[in-house]
Amino acid sequence: MKIIAVVPAYNENNTITLVIRNLRERVDEVVVVDDGSYDNTYELAKKEGAVALQHFLNRGQGAALKTGIDCALAHRADIIVTFDADGQHDVCDIDSLVRPIADGSADVVLGSRFIKLHNNQQSTTNNKIPILRFLTLQLALLFTKLTTGLKVTDTHNGLRALSRKAAQKINIQHDSMAHASEILEEIAKYNLSYTEVPITVHYTEYSKRKGQSSWNAFRILWDLMVGKISR
Amino acid sequence: MFIQLIIIIFVLFALSRVFMRYSKSEITSREVWMWSIFWFFVIAATLWPKSTDIVAQWVGVGRGADLLVYLSIIVLFFIVFKILVKVEKIDRDITKVVRKWAVEEGEKNDKKIENV
Repeated sequence: MKIIAVVPAYNENNTITLVIRNLRERVDEVVVVDDGSYDNTYELAKKEGAVALQHFLNRGQGAALKTGIDCALAHRADIIVTFDADGQHDVCDIDSLVRPIADGSADVVLGSRFIKLHNNQQSTTNNKIPILRFLTLQLALLFTKLTTGLKVTDTHNGLRALSRKAAQKINIQHDSMAHASEILEEIAKYNLSYTEVPITVHYTEYSKRKGQSSWNAFRILWDLMVGKISR
Repeated sequence: MFIQLIIIIFVLFALSRVFMRYSKSEITSREVWMWSIFWFFVIAATLWPKSTDIVAQWVGVGRGADLLVYLSIIVLFFIVFKILVKVEKIDRDITKVVRKWAVEEGEKNDKKIENV
């Protein structure tokens, strides 16, 4: 089984080298899509031996993700793992993410910050999630349940694994952050089997600064609505 | 009144532009007719504002000026919607171009590596 990690990256020269280095120990190939960075993310990714693609304009994480997934499919990936470039994800979670696809029990495996671990501990206890972020994500859950009927515990998490079949079906049209909701909509639309596994997210000062503000939730809602009327 | 003078001067200016573009054959004679009729109605409505009340009453609005405001809002909403859809489409098209370029460059690099 060929596992390829897809890493959308925008101005991540501080973390990209380490992220690729760690990923290469767990997956067969790393595809980095540099989304029009103005630093040397692209060069660093290439130097580290990743398959590096470059958007010459910044198009958003959704667009970069789709470019990366298309590339991974062209490189004959059996399983595609999407992974954030800012170092907030842990490569140790990849094994548990890939397993349900490898044994054929799911098409899509979503990483979740909130799902309970077996010993009844939340996966985030040692990495406290900011309270505002927590509330926004809870609202997103409600929204997802209403629009797609999916019962997930974490909607906007960049760490997930897709089977080849799922990656071929899921068509990401939203360039912006709304793609995370869109992937869930596609799962519902094509009736793909999915499961969630607990993952750890490291909310470092760096990833918090690089990451989204909670206000972006409104932006995402707006994008989703405009997307609905304009397609 | 002063406002009437300004509007009429503007209409004459607009009409001169229409005929100028026609003389350069940038627009057809049909378009000249359409624009001329439109601007003629604007002049008529400017000189005899009360005349618009007839049309307004006919569609069930009190005053001609009110009808104009209602129509303007409808037209503006429609234009904003069209632009929103258009911008979305352009956004997607730009992404397509950027993606195609990225993939082609990537393939070029792959070949370079194979050749080495």
